[in-house]
Amino acid sequence: MKHFLSRRFREGLATTLLFLLALVAAILFIMPTVLTITNSFMTEKEITANYGAMIDNATQDKKTYIAEDLNLKFIPDRVSLQQFATVLFKSPDYLLKFWNSVILVVPITVFQILLAAVTAYGFSRYRGRLREIIFFSYIILMLMPYQVTLVPNYLVSDWLGILGTRWAIVLPGIFSPFSVYLLTKVMRRIPKAYYEAARLDGASELQVFLQICLPLCRSAMLSVGLLVFIDYWNMVEQPLILLGDEDQYPLSVFLSQINTGDVGLAFAVAVVYMIPALLLFLYGEEYLVEGITYSGGVKG
Amino acid sequence: MKGRDPILQTQVTKAHRKRMLREQAAGWGWLLPSLIGVMVFFILPFCVVIYYSVLDNPIFAHFVGLQNFTALFRNTAFLRAVKNTAIFSVISVPLSVVLSLWMAFALNSKIPGKSWLRSCFLCPLMVPIASVVLVWQVIFHYHGTLNQVTALFGLEPVDWIKSNWSYLVLTVMFLWKTLGYNMILFMSAIAGIPRDIIEVAELEGAGGWYTFLHIKLRYLSPTILFVTILSIISSFKMFREVYLLSGDYPYQSMYLLQHFMNNTFNSLDYQKLSSAAVLLAVFMVILIGILFLIERRFGEDVEE
Repeated sequence: MKHFLSRRFREGLATTLLFLLALVAAILFIMPTVLTITNSFMTEKEITANYGAMIDNATQDKKTYIAEDLNLKFIPDRVSLQQFATVLFKSPDYLLKFWNSVILVVPITVFQILLAAVTAYGFSRYRGRLREIIFFSYIILMLMPYQVTLVPNYLVSDWLGILGTRWAIVLPGIFSPFSVYLLTKVMRRIPKAYYEAARLDGASELQVFLQICLPLCRSAMLSVGLLVFIDYWNMVEQPLILLGDEDQYPLSVFLSQINTGDVGLAFAVAVVYMIPALLLFLYGEEYLVEGITYSGGVKG
Repeated sequence: MKGRDPILQTQVTKAHRKRMLREQAAGWGWLLPSLIGVMVFFILPFCVVIYYSVLDNPIFAHFVGLQNFTALFRNTAFLRAVKNTAIFSVISVPLSVVLSLWMAFALNSKIPGKSWLRSCFLCPLMVPIASVVLVWQVIFHYHGTLNQVTALFGLEPVDWIKSNWSYLVLTVMFLWKTLGYNMILFMSAIAGIPRDIIEVAELEGAGGWYTFLHIKLRYLSPTILFVTILSIISSFKMFREVYLLSGDYPYQSMYLLQHFMNNTFNSLDYQKLSSAAVLLAVFMVILIGILFLIERRFGEDVEE
């Protein structure tokens, strides 16, 4: 049967439809982020007027809802930096929580990557049955959800007397096998000949690692570091269980509390919290994509 | 046998063996720091967790066999958490795999603005969930945006967060967060499908659906497996969203496994905690094992 429309036209139509669908999806994807940002430029008064209905009864029963609709607004009536001024200059509490997040996440990211590079070198340079078994158990461990690893973490922090301190999150974070797995996969792709040539030239194993392996893995390490960073920047479970003191809570946990109280400021705090992640995304999207690509496929 | 010097020979092998040994030791040296850390922070305490799971309590330490596990299966909170997590995973994991595969193919086709679209899809991955949870609250609130929109079509308002509709809320938040990651995995897998095979198939008159089902999907099967595992694991992590959305005690259909763990942590019931952790670990190992077997069965003829 001959089609009434030419093949070319049909293909063009299909592409257009696909594009429109993808466009709608893309808009839906960035909508929550964009809304958070635009709302952060409203005055506290405008926020309360729009979302006031949410605050009062967040903890109460449905019946007591004020008969007032929430008004999701895109564009502020008047662009104002009032929320940011309050968050950044008038209430040091928020900045303190932000700092809490930083001193948890940055050490974990940096040391996890450095340790993982050393370990991955060990896994990729030397092979053997026992090592394969160990590597496989790292994969299993990596795939375990928090519900499994949190109880052991809690126990060991208790024994070491670090329960309730930042170390209870930082130390297990540093030894998390996630980046070991990814970096091993990357390093196994480096041709053996590179290493052997260096050894023949008289380089020690340490020199081979520092001067050949690491430079070749620089972008991979950045990519994996980015993934580790966003994972921990997002954390909620570990602080709730392992940190005793609310003063130590990172901003991610703290945000859930202002969401029900201080709605007028919450958007600005939310934006402050996403800025590091968004900046990393703007500058490192390619690294992010590269990192995700490394993580594909379970086999080494 | 010509006259080799036996003394020299043993000396050589001795030196050789010594060097081998030293290299072996050096090889393990690279792994040692990480091995110690993993042992101390994960493996050893997990062994203790297994030990706790078969005791009546840590102080008297009577062996009670599987009693803690059977008690767990009679615990209504645990059963509810398992049921909710299972329902949620069954809904959201297949959706996540199918949608992200579709997005990957869309971004591999000839549409304009692909790099912009990719950035949009990836953006949620970077944005901390705590930052956008407010917007989700406004959308899904009883007096919120979604109900205002459905009211335009004459539908009754629904309390999305505090009814069984909360599965939908969870699924939306889950897909929003995970689709970009999965899409990238699929995109790189699609780029790895050999072009010549598809060209040959097309030359022989295979339609788009045929090449998709019989060639592309076959090459993608290891990635589909991997994405499925990843999605199942991230579906277990959904506690985050729910906690930020509605705190420690959400509506009952949002009460997930991690809520059960958290609330048990508060009462420090080691037996419940450790038997639940062991049970989940066993379940995960079985799940990963099954998926590995499936991959081996379907993916072997296309792997290099």
